[in-house]
Amino acid sequence: MTDPLFEFLCRMGDNTLVLGHRVSEWCGVAPVLEEDIALANTALDLIGQTTLWLNLAGEVEGKGRDADALAFRRDVWEFRNVLLVEQPNGDFGQTMMRQFLFDLWHKGMLTALQNSSHDQIAAIAQKSLKEVTYHLERTTDTVIGLGDGTEESHDRMQKALVRLYPFVGEMFVSDDVDAAMVAEGIAPDPAQLRADFDATLDAVLTDATLDKPTSDFAHKGGKSGKRHSEHLGHMLSQMQWLQRAYPDATW
Amino acid sequence: MSSPESGSYDATEAAPHGKPRATEWPLWEVFIRGQHGLSHRHVGSLHAADAESAIKNARDVYTRRNEGVSIWVVEAAAIAASSPEEKGPLYEPSNDKVYRHPTFFDIPEDVGAM
Repeated sequence: MTDPLFEFLCRMGDNTLVLGHRVSEWCGVAPVLEEDIALANTALDLIGQTTLWLNLAGEVEGKGRDADALAFRRDVWEFRNVLLVEQPNGDFGQTMMRQFLFDLWHKGMLTALQNSSHDQIAAIAQKSLKEVTYHLERTTDTVIGLGDGTEESHDRMQKALVRLYPFVGEMFVSDDVDAAMVAEGIAPDPAQLRADFDATLDAVLTDATLDKPTSDFAHKGGKSGKRHSEHLGHMLSQMQWLQRAYPDATW
Repeated sequence: MSSPESGSYDATEAAPHGKPRATEWPLWEVFIRGQHGLSHRHVGSLHAADAESAIKNARDVYTRRNEGVSIWVVEAAAIAASSPEEKGPLYEPSNDKVYRHPTFFDIPEDVGAM
């Protein structure tokens, strides 16, 4: 098994990398200019966090890879992001629902990571948490606004929730890597974050007049890298083509 | 700056957006206080559905480079404004009233800009 710490850092960094890239796909085509700028800010925050996570991952690995090498020179099966973040943007509502579900998990995770026994991880968490707190505020308001909005916006948000909810469970699955992190006091057990997540989710969905799907079926395989959805490869071919076609290109 | 209708986003499975909405989000004027001690300054305007989202939009549109410590937004429709046509009656009479302009005082250099 690879070093669990490297694995854990790739999970954190790949989540923010893949979601950051997805959100950046809205740049220039968001429904209104104000949302366009807000989405671009969110994407940039996430890419900034990616740099911190993946640089640290490269350091821990000790094979001379930096964040760029990890981001642009790995193939699909080496990515460790949860399946939720690689799902396509869909309409604006689906993007907001995906972001809200991730932000809510992300905030709980980063809050716990502030107390990590690993100083650099605690520092990255502390810096990221300020950004993510704002992301969550914004997506919470948007999910409530659109859910409890017009008939059409309500229907789109309900559809988005039904579509994305099966990807929620994977964020809270614990495996050997997590157990190793818990043992060293580096990171919390993701399963422990579920209760707070559910409490906030239920409250927000009530305000948004949306119904949470009853089935707790969860797609898995992203975080372990065993089985990504077909969407990730297409996204990477967009994201990585320049480094693949012109390795080490600079300008 | 913009209106809520949108073209469909071709690269995804987005449903077509159909006809533009008849209504636009209201326009808000944004005022930002740059540092403690200064007054809020008008920095621009934006569209938003309500006051809360106007503040959030202002945060994203106008404070990306750490510009502010406080944001005010006010719905543009709520601002009463003077008419440019009234320029003559409103402002010109003050020009020949020299006693209103404190140009006869020497300001000590130590005072700085006034």
